[in-house]
Amino acid sequence: MTALKNEAPLLEVSHLKQYFKVSNSFTVKAVDDVSFQIYKGETYGLVGESGSGKSTIGRAVIRLYDPTAGQITFEGMDITKKKLDKGTRTTLRHDMQMIFQDPMASLNPRKKVEDIIGEGLDIHHSYSSMAERNEKIKAILKKVGLAPELGSRYPHQFSGGQRQRVGIARALIMNPKLIIADECISALDVSIQAQVVNLMKDIQEETGTALLFIAHDLSMVKYISDRIGVLHLGHLLETGTTDEIFNNPVHPYTRALLSAIPAPNPIVEKRRIALEYNYKTSGIDYNKGTSHLVGGTHYVSCTDEEFLKWTNTHQFDQFMTSKRGTYSEAQEYYMPKDGE
Amino acid sequence: MEEKKNNIITVKNLDISFKTTAGMVHAIRGVNIELERGTTAAIVGESGSGKSVTMKAAMGILDKNAIVNSGEINFTYADEEGKEQTVDILKQDKKWIRKNINGRQIAMVFQDPMTSLDPTMTIGKQIMEGMIWHYKTPKEEAYKKAVELLEEVGIEEPEKRMKNYPHQLSGGMRQRVVIAIALACNPKLLICDEPTTALDVTIQAKIIELIRKVQRERGISVIYITHDLGVVAKVADYVYVMYAGKIVEKGLINEIYYEPKHPYTWGLLSAMPDLETYDDRLYSIPGSPPNLLHEKVGDAFSPRNKFALVIDDKKEPPMFKVTETHYAATWLLDPRAPKVDMPKELAERIERMKKGAENYDSLKE
Repeated sequence: MTALKNEAPLLEVSHLKQYFKVSNSFTVKAVDDVSFQIYKGETYGLVGESGSGKSTIGRAVIRLYDPTAGQITFEGMDITKKKLDKGTRTTLRHDMQMIFQDPMASLNPRKKVEDIIGEGLDIHHSYSSMAERNEKIKAILKKVGLAPELGSRYPHQFSGGQRQRVGIARALIMNPKLIIADECISALDVSIQAQVVNLMKDIQEETGTALLFIAHDLSMVKYISDRIGVLHLGHLLETGTTDEIFNNPVHPYTRALLSAIPAPNPIVEKRRIALEYNYKTSGIDYNKGTSHLVGGTHYVSCTDEEFLKWTNTHQFDQFMTSKRGTYSEAQEYYMPKDGE
Repeated sequence: MEEKKNNIITVKNLDISFKTTAGMVHAIRGVNIELERGTTAAIVGESGSGKSVTMKAAMGILDKNAIVNSGEINFTYADEEGKEQTVDILKQDKKWIRKNINGRQIAMVFQDPMTSLDPTMTIGKQIMEGMIWHYKTPKEEAYKKAVELLEEVGIEEPEKRMKNYPHQLSGGMRQRVVIAIALACNPKLLICDEPTTALDVTIQAKIIELIRKVQRERGISVIYITHDLGVVAKVADYVYVMYAGKIVEKGLINEIYYEPKHPYTWGLLSAMPDLETYDDRLYSIPGSPPNLLHEKVGDAFSPRNKFALVIDDKKEPPMFKVTETHYAATWLLDPRAPKVDMPKELAERIERMKKGAENYDSLKE
């Protein structure tokens, strides 16, 4: 990905704020001062627990919401304005597509699959004849691994995995430059999840589409993403390449998140205790944090003091041992890794 | 027979069909499950494999259109005088099960804490409900016990929380309340049906830790129903892998994870991305789970199995014995079958896992 760094980013989100006013005295700060970039053809994974604002970011980027403050630039166009002019809106609706979480709820049950997929083409008049339209739909169905004959069926006649393939086909047919995948595999079975993720990887290789992959399952995010951003309570705490985040997590929340993933290794898992993280008692104030460079493209949001404390591994070890008694959970991160 | 005595629950040859408008769905096809007292079993499988139906049968809460074709579910418990009793749950009527088994002996934790709690009742009342109904506990005593239970499941300021309604609590807290309700009548067996699927990873870790703690302290038996092999690795002693209404592999946890024999188990283990995976492609099982409306001759997994043999489409494989505790239903284990090893990537990963375990041991000491 280093070669791409010199290019202008495809999508640039800077200091995005998205507040929801609940009442006169209470405002939910769903997204608070979040900045990140997505380059052409790469996959950016956004992870965080429910309520961290990851879906809100996705929806703000595709302009389902009006951002409270900040700027979103897509291909050099400012798309933050409240009233988009017609040209910008058409390009935006054309070049940015979304795949939703629940394929049953996001596909119109009264429409045939071919019409659901072709709807974007119809709206943007992207064909000159009916034959061309149908040809396009057939080609895209084939691409996502569905037989073209299945186009004349309705969504309820498909299985969960197939339905999500339809959702992907619907997004892909516009040849978008950026696809926002909002928890697109969480509703699927384990064996089907792998199929869909592989499909998305293949398609990305073939078409060079950039992907904003929103999920709470870190192991899947690691597998598909080039870079990752960790969100908590509306703040982007840490961002960097997948290797940087997984090999050297700096923020305590990222550490807790990583240690919470159970590995399919019973001997280890039986005795391992996941790190705990509690924002209220941790003494960390997200609002005070500023972006600190750890190395490469790896940034962490914290105060100067916290930065020193967290990057000093020796202190981290001590901190953990004092909290947990004799056994240092911290050592887990410094275990020899295979092939290194 | 000595072994039998120690089992808290034994499911024998369970066979269940559902009558639907589209026809009979043969959901459970001869399931055998045993659980020793004080241990933890996990039932793993995809949605529609019949794992929840099996446990619902054990609770006597099957849907009305279910028909039990054969089988028995023997549950051993101590009755009010402390005498040990064994009953076949399938033969008892619903009222009796309601009075003597549900809540008192077997309690269940469901997947979604939002739908399993009553939104119109305070959580305190919901916890006390079972005690008052089953044991006729006086209200003050029940209240005291409910507060203790909330404390036990790790809820701060329990007295304040007693007056809260479910919508005032977060997802993780709600699941803690559900666990408190399940524990209210001192059950001997806890069935957790996907207890953490609706929760975030960090909260999942806490809830699992809680269930383990409760199990340790109370010495109860637990059955987990899940599709997450990571969670299973954390909790289970014994694992049953289910596919299309049948147990296809069963064994001690280490046997299933380090020496899996069934191609479906291979697929499940490979499909899970572990944090050390650097492969380009994730292994996936082709196709999708079968529709049980149309019964298939032979092994139900064969259409998705790249190691399938000719016999798989003709005859259902029996359970082949691998070790005293490890069994798998695949023709690949037949002495006449060609020798097939697990996929290379999986073998490598298991090697890596074993190494990781050794490293972990040495680090700990």
